Amino acid sequence: MSILVNKNTKLIVQGITGSAGKFHAKQMLEYGTKVVGGVTPGKGGETAEGIPVFNTVQESVKKTGANATVIYVPAAFAGDAAMEAADAGIKLIVVITEGIPPLDMIRVKLFLKNYPDAHLIGPNCPGIITPGECKIGIMPGYIHKKGSIGVISRSGTLTYEAVWQLSQLGFGQSTCIGIGGDPVQGMNFVDCLKLFKDDSQTEAVVLIGEIGGSAEEQAAAYIEKEFKKPVVGFIAGLTAPPGKRMGHAGAIISGGSGKAEDKIARLERAGVSVSRSPADIGRTMKAVLRT
Amino acid sequence: MKIHEYQAKEILAKYNLPIPRGIMAESVDQVLEAAKKIGHFNLVVKAQVHAGGRGKGGGVKLVATEQELKDAAKSILGLSLKTAQTAGGSVTVRKVLVAEKVNFSKELYLGITIDREKGLPCVIFSSSGGVEIEELARKSPEKIVTLHFDPVAGLPAFRARELVFSQGFTGDTANQLAQITERLTKVFIQLDASLVEINPLVIDSAGKAILLDAKISFDDNGLFRHPEFLSMRDEKEEDAREVEASKFGLSYVGLDGNIGCMVNGAGLAMATMDLIKFAGGEPANFLDVGGSATAEKVTAAFKIILRDSKVRAVLVNIFGGIMKCDVIAQGIIDAVREVKLAIPLVVRLEGTNVEKGKELLKHSGIAIITANELKDAAEKAVAALSS
Repeated sequence: MSILVNKNTKLIVQGITGSAGKFHAKQMLEYGTKVVGGVTPGKGGETAEGIPVFNTVQESVKKTGANATVIYVPAAFAGDAAMEAADAGIKLIVVITEGIPPLDMIRVKLFLKNYPDAHLIGPNCPGIITPGECKIGIMPGYIHKKGSIGVISRSGTLTYEAVWQLSQLGFGQSTCIGIGGDPVQGMNFVDCLKLFKDDSQTEAVVLIGEIGGSAEEQAAAYIEKEFKKPVVGFIAGLTAPPGKRMGHAGAIISGGSGKAEDKIARLERAGVSVSRSPADIGRTMKAVLRT
Repeated sequence: MKIHEYQAKEILAKYNLPIPRGIMAESVDQVLEAAKKIGHFNLVVKAQVHAGGRGKGGGVKLVATEQELKDAAKSILGLSLKTAQTAGGSVTVRKVLVAEKVNFSKELYLGITIDREKGLPCVIFSSSGGVEIEELARKSPEKIVTLHFDPVAGLPAFRARELVFSQGFTGDTANQLAQITERLTKVFIQLDASLVEINPLVIDSAGKAILLDAKISFDDNGLFRHPEFLSMRDEKEEDAREVEASKFGLSYVGLDGNIGCMVNGAGLAMATMDLIKFAGGEPANFLDVGGSATAEKVTAAFKIILRDSKVRAVLVNIFGGIMKCDVIAQGIIDAVREVKLAIPLVVRLEGTNVEKGKELLKHSGIAIITANELKDAAEKAVAALSS
């Protein structure tokens, strides 16, 4: 088993005729993902990388039976694309696009309340992968390996780093999810942990957080109470100066909360093994699984 | 994007919000002229900088005569202002707001921002204004009330009234406060703001509510919908390197160390900085080249890193996903040639098209210290400082 995506996932690509959409549609196909269609309003009837393009998500679902989508459309239209997908009955919506106004995401989340079984991942995220079965997003496929470690991360490239370390030490992954670094987002750490809890393939989880917000503290509270599988953590930004915005809109430390030290302390109190160095995430997992 | 108080007040005045009469001035002469236009000397002179806590640093002065006004203008214009929000440094005051003095009996706090945990915009209200909200939140959180609202439906007027009456306000003052609250939520939504903050919102001796101070920050991701406000950006208030970086879509934050960093992804960039510190070095900057770098962007990034004369080694750490390693490699090669790099360069590449990227670097004939993993890269960069 795995969570959210597997070899039966049928994916459409919204924004498939754009350069990022086209490039990654091809990469996903090559990885083995069942990319069944694409959507670009006004370009229905064309093909991109041999994939049929539709005008609406509704039409693509009707013709292909798609149950997941990945969104590469520009920031100004990405929120609307996510709502269109939910309305067409898509159950997994992965938004890669960065730079979406927070108010647009708030509107999307309010809209999605009418579609309680639709899962939203992102925006501004690398996507989700179940190694060997289905890759949805922009992550390099070859760094992954099939196995039993679940990975959840707020960062994109730092996720690759952690996965690469795990794979090199022989620890494959069940499913890896990049939840994105934006202040208003879809699934959070706790949502993902709940799914990993019930997934028999997942034996342990790597959780990668960063400064800002309190998502890590909420994860710690959940782990303390409900999550019995081993968890290895890492928090980026231990040495970041306060008050500076570090790229991610989420990653700003102001006032007393949101600091890496506080997050690490809270996670450790919940029984999480936190790696201080980003280079030791894989080794920390090794040590945890050995004991 | 942050804007000045006087600019925020210009915007809020268009929404018919009660603002004390005021004029922005950039010289002592302009300050005197402003007083003439207002018609008296019962004024306040306020430094216009992108940082709060100005009063404590000597950036706000009350005056009653022409001489006092002149003295205040002289002392504030050109002042190196240090406040709790200037992160240890200081900012030079280039502009002041000359405004009518308001005699008030009560100071309130009214802010609107996005509550990221709830994923909704939120009104923050306190009848104890005038102090920083963070400080108030720490010391007496019971004095702060919050009210979330749906940005599509907007904040219903009755909710604003409930809020105000629950805080003990009565009569016409309460109605004014409710109306101000409702209007400010409209401003917040219509402007794609990340913060609208009135601190203090005051009640004068006649019971009239007035916005004594005003702060608006635009969310950068929403700015494309508001080109009319782009001219309000005051680049002089920002770090010159950060401004230059943003023109190329790069995210840069200057720091105090000597190892220049170029990384893709904010999380990995922070982790790289952390590792440099663990290896005994100090990062000179945070620089995220973003998800879609081109060779041109990488060259720009190099130039910005090297403009910092403290930089004595450069560490490039790229884990390619959406960004392809061969593109980065070509960018590095072009940049090194163009800027005639004379300090050690450590490069660590991994990810999409990594083999092509490594080949390009290998055959470029450029002296590059290559690293295979994260820790190795940081250690080699620190070691390169002493070579």
